[in-house]
Amino acid sequence: MFDTVLPYLLSGISVGGQYALIAIGYTMVYGILRLINFAHGDVFMVAGILMVYISASGIPLYLSIPLVLIITAGVGFAIERVAYKPLRSAPRMSIMISAIGVSYTLQNLVLYVTGGLNQFYPSIPFISQSVTIGATSTRMVTLITPVLTLVLVIALVLLINHTKIGMAMRAVSKDFETSRLMGIKIDNVITVTFVIGSFLAGVGSILYFTNYSTVIQTSGAMPGLKAFVAAVFGGIGSVPGAVVGAFIIGICENLLKGMDTILIKAGLSKSMLGITTFSDAFTFALLIVILIVKPTGLFGEKQTEKV
Amino acid sequence: MSENVLHLENVTMQFGGVVAANDVCLDVNEGEIVALIGPNGAGKTTVFNVITGVYPPTNGRVTLRGKVIAEDQPRGKMRKLYAGGHAYEYPHTVNQTPDRITKLGMARTFQNIRLFKSMTVFENVLVAKHMNMKAGFFRTALHLNGAEERRMREDTLKLLEILDLTDVKDEIATALPYGKQRRLEIARALSTNPSMLLLDEPAAGMNPQETEELCAFIRQIKERFGLTVLLIEHDMNLVMDISDRIYVLNFGALIAEGTPAEIQQNPDVITAYLGVAET
Amino acid sequence: MIQAQPTIKPKKLDAATIITIAIIGVVYLLAFVLEQVMPATSMLFTVLKKGATYALVAVSMNLLNGFTGLFSLGQAGFMLIGSYAFAILTIPVAQRLSVYQYYDGGLVQFSLPWLVAIVLAGLFAALFAFLIGLPVLRLKSDYLAIATLGFAEIIRAIFQWDKIGALTNGSNLLRLFPTFADFNVRDESGQVLVYWSTFVPFVIAGVCIAFILMLINSSYGRAFKAIRDDETAAEAMGINLAKHKMIAFCTSSFFAGVGGAMLAMYANSVQAKSFTTAMTYEILLIVVIGGIGSVTGSVMSAFLFVASSEWWLRFLDQEQMIGAWKVPLLRNGFRLVVFSLIIMAVVLFFRQGIMGSRELPDLFRKRHKLAGKGARKA
Repeated sequence: MFDTVLPYLLSGISVGGQYALIAIGYTMVYGILRLINFAHGDVFMVAGILMVYISASGIPLYLSIPLVLIITAGVGFAIERVAYKPLRSAPRMSIMISAIGVSYTLQNLVLYVTGGLNQFYPSIPFISQSVTIGATSTRMVTLITPVLTLVLVIALVLLINHTKIGMAMRAVSKDFETSRLMGIKIDNVITVTFVIGSFLAGVGSILYFTNYSTVIQTSGAMPGLKAFVAAVFGGIGSVPGAVVGAFIIGICENLLKGMDTILIKAGLSKSMLGITTFSDAFTFALLIVILIVKPTGLFGEKQTEKV
Repeated sequence: MSENVLHLENVTMQFGGVVAANDVCLDVNEGEIVALIGPNGAGKTTVFNVITGVYPPTNGRVTLRGKVIAEDQPRGKMRKLYAGGHAYEYPHTVNQTPDRITKLGMARTFQNIRLFKSMTVFENVLVAKHMNMKAGFFRTALHLNGAEERRMREDTLKLLEILDLTDVKDEIATALPYGKQRRLEIARALSTNPSMLLLDEPAAGMNPQETEELCAFIRQIKERFGLTVLLIEHDMNLVMDISDRIYVLNFGALIAEGTPAEIQQNPDVITAYLGVAET
Repeated sequence: MIQAQPTIKPKKLDAATIITIAIIGVVYLLAFVLEQVMPATSMLFTVLKKGATYALVAVSMNLLNGFTGLFSLGQAGFMLIGSYAFAILTIPVAQRLSVYQYYDGGLVQFSLPWLVAIVLAGLFAALFAFLIGLPVLRLKSDYLAIATLGFAEIIRAIFQWDKIGALTNGSNLLRLFPTFADFNVRDESGQVLVYWSTFVPFVIAGVCIAFILMLINSSYGRAFKAIRDDETAAEAMGINLAKHKMIAFCTSSFFAGVGGAMLAMYANSVQAKSFTTAMTYEILLIVVIGGIGSVTGSVMSAFLFVASSEWWLRFLDQEQMIGAWKVPLLRNGFRLVVFSLIIMAVVLFFRQGIMGSRELPDLFRKRHKLAGKGARKA
């Protein structure tokens, strides 16, 4: 029984870590701008495409990985400056529409550049290697992801809690206007937020696409939405919440993918039930349940609207 | 003694550990103008929001003409945190939504003016007639309720005439000067045909002369529409001039109640409130 | 009491309204005449049919997002329900065995006239909207957006589930149901006598949009706008938020469902996987380009969008030569890049879109007076 479940559990933890790295970008941006950055999933996808093209140009791996991460952070920065900053005082719906517009633009740009074909992700030595745990064979990336995720999250939490810019970020997320009056340079804080978010999405993309091996312009949409759900589930605005949410979603989703096999092997079901179809839908069902039962998520803070 | 209109019994409103309103008991009788005063942050608007159904009270009961519109006792996490009195004397949970309360005949204005910003003055007042429509969705959508729509428009125009807003009826509401926006808020509230009117700082931002006009205006509409009025106000001239009775709130709790003359003499009020104002 | 004012009697049709009616009449006439005289394969008719469909869906979305202020992203999901309901109910019984080849001809063994089915398509979508609305309409702006988006995804997954394939045909195509082309009147030899295949979708979309317009200009429409402008104040004016949001949500979904049925008739086949989030985004962008809060804008923008993407900008996707010079950049996908940039420009620099919150008759009035709008239609 355990042998049947283990591979799904492992890949669940792995995917969960990758979602976590994306979810942090959502949750930080939401915490500060109260904006669902619909384009974040596409930044993640662009990072994947960048890796494909940069490594195809023959640049060695020890250079291409940092290069991809830097450019991805730059893309995040540029999106903020071009598409969100001019709308700072506009109604919330306008900024959300702008985010959707950016998402649409990034996807179409990549479609144009790649011709809409699946791009093969370069295999990265070591993390692409196979390893065997018990009776299960998996890739190194499966094991590295959760570890790397936790290391990065701890670093981020330290940054938020113990540095000046971190303090500024916390202040801005509590009260945008007052922070501005207190002399915090809001634009710098927002820039840092987007850079960190995009950087982590870049790291996530290396791990994710090593696992899935191809990238296409729509590759970012689903992981992006799921990471967003993870952020809401954990309590949007909370970094640890996003990470916990992401792991829960990653694991549940992969267990559902394997549910047919697991049930048959456990003798609980005679035939394939097709539960796999619902592995994506499950995430959204979870979202809706959490929004209704506890809209602030697991770790979110309650806000009362002032009348 | 005339008939009781609004009755608050031990109303406590607590947000987490903060007690915004503590054991507030308050009565407003038919035809009275009652003022609720207190320093900033005393909990006046919180009391208003409980009365109008925006917040369910943590504990206590509110009745409008004998009908319970809000009642509750501490629940969930609040059981431990609760810091007010008279806990667990109100076992029922009643929580009428603001629109229901408006239908029961109690209308309000807002401290920070909340007009419908894309609509004209006329439409702002007209929309308040929507709740009393007889025609159903399809008849209304297909414009088969011509007579009713016409009557709503006539009533609206009459009201605008009475409130002296006819000349600006086709202006966008938020383009009006401040004083007229306040007046429009009152017009909009009156358009729901209330028997009781709640005014949240109607004189805020007005100069003494405008305040004096407002005072006369409130008296005028009170007579004309047969209203009972509860108002929150900082302007002492207005309050002392217009009110039949005054309640004084400080740190969420009532510290005094009486006629304007009594309140002016009350040592507690002077130390808590007027005394502070003089320094 | 003051006497009732005479001004509130319904005003006579003013010149602007007459011009508007005339323009709409000419458009319908042209749609009919052109189809009789031009070759049926002309790109124009593809654009007109799909444009009419998208116009209806965009207006239905505008009712919700623009007029009621509910930011919902579930449109593709409701279109999917409409498409499926229509297809499932109208496939001729004789054809069912070949369509549902993996499911022994499927569960439904009757077939309804198209008009009945199209109304039912809307009703099914509205019913789903009602069920979804009960929990999600309480959510605030962006949470509502993401929850409705989530529901659309769930619906898409459910319709592809092979366990209910006897109803939905699983992930296979539904086809062989009545399409727009079936409205053409033919003689025995199959020769077309009168073309209706463009006019009929125009009529369906026109009737639906007219209803939405009348709704917006009724007392309910005012209540919707009040909710959009300020929920708290609207509630204090006696407007029941839950009820009115639900009415707007179900009405919008009804017409999205009808739009879905029209899309099925346009495309000749239905498959769940085509109703993606990207489709919702496209419709949202049409609404934005047209002007949030303008029905006219949504309609114009829908036709422009469809015409550009299906026809006018097609050349961007192919290599073009001017003399011996090869125009750079042009290849597959460039059209969409240009498109995206236009959209971003509208979002960032022309936030009013084409029409802002104006309607067609407003264009023919000397000075745009929002004031006149309320009093005009009694």
